[in-house]
Amino acid sequence: MDAEDLSLVHLLDQVNGARADRAALQIRGGNTKHFYGEAAVGAPLDTAALSGITSYEPTELVVTARAGTRLAELEAALEEKGQCLAFEPPRFAADGTVGGMVAAGLSGPARASAGSVRDHVLGMTVLTGRGEVLTFGGQVTKNVAGYDVSRLMVGSLGILGLICEVSLKILPISVATATLRFEWDEDHALKQLKDWARHPLPIGASAWHCGELHVRLSGARAAVSAACAKLGGERIEAAPAKRWWSAIRDQSDEFFLLGEAAASRGESLWRLSVPAISGPLELPGKQLIEWNGAQRWLRTAAEPELIREAAARASGHATLMRSADKSPGVFSPLSEVLMRVHQRLKEAFDPDRIFNPGRLYVGL
Amino acid sequence: MGQATLVEISCAQPTGDARYASLPGAGWCIILQMSSTARSEVLADSSWKQRQSEVVAALQGVLPREAILSRLEDTAPFECDGLTAYRVVPMVIVLPQTESQVAAVLKLCHELRIPIVARGAGTGLSGGATPHPAGVILSLAKFNRILQVDPASCTASVQCGVRNLAISEAAAPYGLYYAPDPSSQIACTIGGNVAENSGGVHCLKYGLTLHNVLRVRGFMVDGEAVEFGSQALDAPGLDLLSIIVGSEGMLAVTTEVTVKLIPKPLLARCIMASFGDIESAGAAVASVIAHGIIPAGLEMMDKAMTAAVEAFVHADYDLQAAAILLCESDGTPEEVEEEIERMEQVLRAAGASRFEVSRDEAQRLKFWSGRKNAFPASGGISPDYMCMDSTIPRKCIAEMLREIQQMEIKYQLRCVNVFHACDGNLHPLILFDADDADQMRRCELFGADILETSVRLGGTVTGEHGVGLEKLNSMCVQFSAAERAQFTAVKQAFDPLELLNPGKVIPTLHRCAEYGKMHVRRGMLPFPELPRF
Ligand SMILES: Cc1cc2nc3c(=O)[nH]c(=O)nc-3n(C[C@H](O)[C@H](O)[C@H](O)COP(=O)(O)OP(=O)(O)OC[C@H]3O[C@@H](n4cnc5c(N)ncnc54)[C@H](O)[C@@H]3O)c2cc1C
Repeated sequence: MDAEDLSLVHLLDQVNGARADRAALQIRGGNTKHFYGEAAVGAPLDTAALSGITSYEPTELVVTARAGTRLAELEAALEEKGQCLAFEPPRFAADGTVGGMVAAGLSGPARASAGSVRDHVLGMTVLTGRGEVLTFGGQVTKNVAGYDVSRLMVGSLGILGLICEVSLKILPISVATATLRFEWDEDHALKQLKDWARHPLPIGASAWHCGELHVRLSGARAAVSAACAKLGGERIEAAPAKRWWSAIRDQSDEFFLLGEAAASRGESLWRLSVPAISGPLELPGKQLIEWNGAQRWLRTAAEPELIREAAARASGHATLMRSADKSPGVFSPLSEVLMRVHQRLKEAFDPDRIFNPGRLYVGL
Repeated sequence: MGQATLVEISCAQPTGDARYASLPGAGWCIILQMSSTARSEVLADSSWKQRQSEVVAALQGVLPREAILSRLEDTAPFECDGLTAYRVVPMVIVLPQTESQVAAVLKLCHELRIPIVARGAGTGLSGGATPHPAGVILSLAKFNRILQVDPASCTASVQCGVRNLAISEAAAPYGLYYAPDPSSQIACTIGGNVAENSGGVHCLKYGLTLHNVLRVRGFMVDGEAVEFGSQALDAPGLDLLSIIVGSEGMLAVTTEVTVKLIPKPLLARCIMASFGDIESAGAAVASVIAHGIIPAGLEMMDKAMTAAVEAFVHADYDLQAAAILLCESDGTPEEVEEEIERMEQVLRAAGASRFEVSRDEAQRLKFWSGRKNAFPASGGISPDYMCMDSTIPRKCIAEMLREIQQMEIKYQLRCVNVFHACDGNLHPLILFDADDADQMRRCELFGADILETSVRLGGTVTGEHGVGLEKLNSMCVQFSAAERAQFTAVKQAFDPLELLNPGKVIPTLHRCAEYGKMHVRRGMLPFPELPRF
């Protein structure tokens, strides 16, 4: 038996111990997203020992890595072969892990064009609350054998089980990219983005903030240069553009971090997910708009009800991303029928309720 | 019932306990090659007929008379789906027209514990829509309205019975289309596509159904309205849309779907390349990907398939080639030019013996005509064919084809091959004569062998057609007992009484024990040194 198997056995022991004691466990990777979701409770269950890239075959466009593998390590290995995680997961800090990325299910600036974490998950091995190690999906892109349980785990915040290993679809890094900057107000920027979406343009990412729209084009050389000519705007040089997008992607830009000053003003950071075509939401506070209008970050001290109502009116939902006070609930409430399904799924995977209880919704 | 006249392949009894044992018809079996005698025996069975009239009477309380079919001449077209070898006499078919009728039917069936099988166009190839002998077929054929095509948001909301191609047709005036394009797209419904997570020839670049659906509205088994996903790019809570898509009608009934539309590429061009041996064709596929190219489509046909389609469409295919690759690029004219050049370099370096790039749209469609007609062309060279659908890692394509050649000798049946090569998704078509019981038997063994070889090579028993009834046995090979039990637990989280499409997708423990083949271990495993059973 090698070390990795031992680490899985060790985790299994902890899980079985917790089941016997009916004690809660909080699953922990690099602990870089502790601020996300409802409060974490229970004894830490660390995935760090489950580490390493299990297999990587560039021509298969698939990589399999264990949960505790550092995201930075994975991305470096891919970059060496000219490939990447197309959904650009945020790296809040250097210690972020693959398991945490999948469990949180957060995607970066390229999400609107390249798809989400969930879209790139092909398979997974999970340790369930029944103490079973199960594998769903696989290493191939097309696979419809049984229910797609591995994708159900994406964004589940660990409430169904511990992600041990995951296979991801990877893609080649775009041949060419270019970043353009426009000085436009919110209304005009949203209208332009909406118009561009109807045309076959290689728009890989967009971000509007404080009267400036940044657009990142990516694709074939010819397509990117044709689009540059067509869209106009001011072209930003590669190196500063790269830094700029990283700050958005990793949410390390000052806007995302609730400093002391902001906190003292009672501000929170909200994430509103709405149809891209929604007009300006007219909410008080500072905004950063991504995903061609579909993701709106809002730093505000406004009442939670006001924000949730605005999101619902736009047929979307609002998440309390960072806040000193999470009493309004981090995620928009579910309909009664969906909550019932959530409860039954929790029961189906983790009947003793040991994994991350309450992290997604209180009581779940 | 005179079982002797029937070839029994699968008891339609739901998984788990014997909750249905008391239901008439529960013990009846899904039958193969149902002869007219077999059919008349079912129809002559008095307990079955009595149950049928009870169910019809109950349904008349919630549906107009013309929306309920129970006479043999009306129900016969529903005996099977695209997997025509598996047939069951349907007890009752309902054709509701409104959502409230769907809700009422579900509620009633739930109260009376009657199994429900939702049905779209019935083009499924794994028996997903095969009737349950003691159940009701919920045909959604009347849900055929396109509710909205919104060019501003690049989305369309359509009822579940709308045909896949009709969505793209409705979006065409705006320069938009719905990307997933199963070969059956003129007939199959979006509700069926959602249930199967259907693919097409453009999946690697544009994704499967899952990647192109935003929201599914429908009903839970007890008739309660429900919505999965949202009009935004995500929804709060667990990603239930992911599990609904591909759930083969076993978790909920879909009535309305909101899909993403994307701008039609300005141009598409296709390369047709011949290879003298299958190894170099397989290597060419890997090489295209290795060079960082994501083709819009990359399909492969073997020599026997090429011969069959050439006879059918006369498109001037290379009949000498061991394998033909169709490699497509789409996008702006500049993008396409750049990409075709890169593809050409790679394919030539990989040893293409004949090479042609489509000059115009007419020629591009001609290149594709054979591939698109692969199934009917196979019908032209054999009385029947069984279409398999497994996925393997791309690097194993040549090895798999060699294995299939060995199987042709072993089972004494011919097999022609078309592949979604860029996804490693195989469609071997086993040629046989369904009137010959022994050929039918060998065909099934041949099919199971292909599926299980795929699992052994690191792949899966179904890439896009679903498990249905056809691949129940092979599921025993791909998943452990604990994994199958977890599927059942998921099923019960949505449908505690297991009334939606029972008996499909998840094989029972008993069935796997009888099948007797070892589960092939994948993924991580604690205690790997212990023997597993
Ligand atoms: C010639 C031919 C070519 C094909 N090519 C492809 C291909 O390229 N790619 C591919 O992926 N498939 C292909 N298929 C398979 C088939 O067309 C797809 O699986 C399709 O999605 C089935 O749609 P349908 O409307 O016919 O569904 P049906 O066959 O009626 O049903 C399929 C399953 O979906 C369930 N279902 C249907 N509607 C609903 C609903 N509204 N709510 C809940 N459950 C529902 C049924 O219960 C059943 O389990 C092909 C089939 C044929 C005959």
